[in-house]
Amino acid sequence: MSAPVEYILHLADNAVVLGQRNAEWCGHGPILEEDIAMGNVSLDYIGQARLLYQLAAARLGGDATEDKLAYFRDDTQFRNYTLLELPHNGPLVGYAVSNRDYATTITRNFLYGALMVLVWEALETSPDADLAAIAAKSLKEARYHLHHAADWLVRFGDGTDESHQRAQAAVDHLFVYTEEFWTPSAAEEAAVASGAGVDVRSLRAAWDAIVNDTLTEATLVRPEVRGYITEGKQGRHSEHLSYLLGEMQGLARAHPGATW
Amino acid sequence: MNTPALKEWPLWEIFVRSKQGLEHKHCGSLHAADAAQALHMARDVYTRRQEGVSIWVLPSAAITASNPDDKGELFDPAADKIYRHPTFYEIPEEVGHM
Amino acid sequence: MYTQSFSVPDNAGQKSARTPSTENPELMAAFDARIDADGRIEPQDWMPEAYRKTLVRQISQHAHSEIVGMLPEGNWISRAPSLKRKAILIAKVQDEGGHGLYLYSAAETLGTSRDQMLEGLHSGKAKYSSIFNYPTLNWADVGVIGWLVDGAAIMNQIPLCRCSYGPYARAMVRVCKEESFHQRQGYEALLVMMQGTEAQRAMVQDAVNRLWWKCLAMFGPPDADSPNSAQGMRWGIKRISNDDLRQKFIDATVPQAKVLGVTLPDPDLKWNEARQHHDYGQIDWQEFWDTVEGNGPCNKERLSTRVKAHNEGQWVRDAALAHARKQQQRAHKEAA
Repeated sequence: MSAPVEYILHLADNAVVLGQRNAEWCGHGPILEEDIAMGNVSLDYIGQARLLYQLAAARLGGDATEDKLAYFRDDTQFRNYTLLELPHNGPLVGYAVSNRDYATTITRNFLYGALMVLVWEALETSPDADLAAIAAKSLKEARYHLHHAADWLVRFGDGTDESHQRAQAAVDHLFVYTEEFWTPSAAEEAAVASGAGVDVRSLRAAWDAIVNDTLTEATLVRPEVRGYITEGKQGRHSEHLSYLLGEMQGLARAHPGATW
Repeated sequence: MNTPALKEWPLWEIFVRSKQGLEHKHCGSLHAADAAQALHMARDVYTRRQEGVSIWVLPSAAITASNPDDKGELFDPAADKIYRHPTFYEIPEEVGHM
Repeated sequence: MYTQSFSVPDNAGQKSARTPSTENPELMAAFDARIDADGRIEPQDWMPEAYRKTLVRQISQHAHSEIVGMLPEGNWISRAPSLKRKAILIAKVQDEGGHGLYLYSAAETLGTSRDQMLEGLHSGKAKYSSIFNYPTLNWADVGVIGWLVDGAAIMNQIPLCRCSYGPYARAMVRVCKEESFHQRQGYEALLVMMQGTEAQRAMVQDAVNRLWWKCLAMFGPPDADSPNSAQGMRWGIKRISNDDLRQKFIDATVPQAKVLGVTLPDPDLKWNEARQHHDYGQIDWQEFWDTVEGNGPCNKERLSTRVKAHNEGQWVRDAALAHARKQQQRAHKEAA
């Protein structure tokens, strides 16, 4: 039993986009120790993306490679959550410029990390043996990412007035994007139908528990969300993804066919 | 508590056990706000190349070191206790390794 | 890396633990004797104030170079042309951060805090390697930095693994272990590009053209113009002279360039049979000093970027500390 390629690409795109975002901190972190720590998080995500793209490429056959999938697909072909493509700041249009805010980075890593611990736990027992192997490896990384982000979120919430305000603002800004987690895409439904995927709706209660526990410990308030639900994983993205991909893919696309 | 007075994160000494069965060995130091964070930071700073299976952290300020001026009285008196070493005892060659 | 903050009993050895304003000749003689015997100095040991100062300056400059050096290569992380190269580059830039951290720790054992050293960097008082004030203009710069810049750095650094100050020497052992393969990694990336398209080969040559002379200048001014060198050699915190290291680097690099298929941009570069070394052309020392003094192409960008990261990280560092204090207070309350 194999998971559909579209589903594997969804997982891969998530990893590469968040890896790309987190790596923007490399050399710019709040303190040397944390700079190095966040580098490790980025490296884990890039590593996951590579394994997943390699798996997808193998299943697609022909001339597909991990880099063709990462570098030569357009934004509308990317299937990542909108949450992951957002820049490290509050709500701004795509071409606005702002300083990066570590509270946004950490909060995003926390909300997504909590989901991925559950997703990888479920996929670890997937009958798709290749996917299960990636899940087993990624689960350990995801647990560390969740731990790292939750630890910081509690420090921010409990720390100073400024850090509390920043963390609450980031939670308020980002929470609505997590609604996208719970509405299955066609790829996710196909994965469930194949028996190799996980029904995201079944993870919601566990995710709520993790998130609520940490927010409580951090003395942060979970916001009410309503209205528009993003659809990045269906290929309908925010304004931000095409900037991110433009930067990430530009050099590779200027030299199609080159080996690096 | 509001913004604390500007102050550096305290310094921690990091000890890493490279593999099960070996002792923890001092490998360096780093700054962290508290012990829990020091452990995490140590994992990221000092075990990126699988250098360890276990980490100890301890506040640098908690270490009491011997004074170099006392080196003479502390360590030199051991120099003439040659009977503490195996080579002090001669054993006939035919006994072999002992 | 041991630290100055290790508590020594207050009543013991005060006379010598405190640095006298004028160096005590007896202590000085003992120190010199240890240095001459190629012995090691540890943080708790008495040392002349000038030795301490020189070390703090040298180690912190070295640490700043690692930290500022994250920026030119980091410039290409987001645009790395393959996921493999992206991962390699992140890990490499991260290693440089680690090296900075080990070195700051080594300098902290001399009684100077990391904040004090950063203050020196941010105010423009402290120097760092001039090479990082040049822009990285194409992807091959990343490979050339690995091959040439790290290659030059490691020539400087390997002798320091035997330097007289214990914590510095130990930090350098760790740095060199990790650094040794950066050069190899950069060279391999360039080899792949040289076997690629015309455009890729042109990128490599362009990067070599721009960076070659800056790398030669990295070893520092000629021995004749390096007043501090003699003292550094005497103290065992500098092991080989600038010119000797530079010559060694050139001799090692020429055959590597040949294998790679790039031209080193120096018409005067040729083997001298009599010297058994390569002769090379004039380095532009005016440009070197301009850059060291803050007027190179990227000095202002590099420094402002470090200052920005530090300032914007202040609330993060404050938050962690505030939380740690609150936790401690809560624990005390519970215990009470």
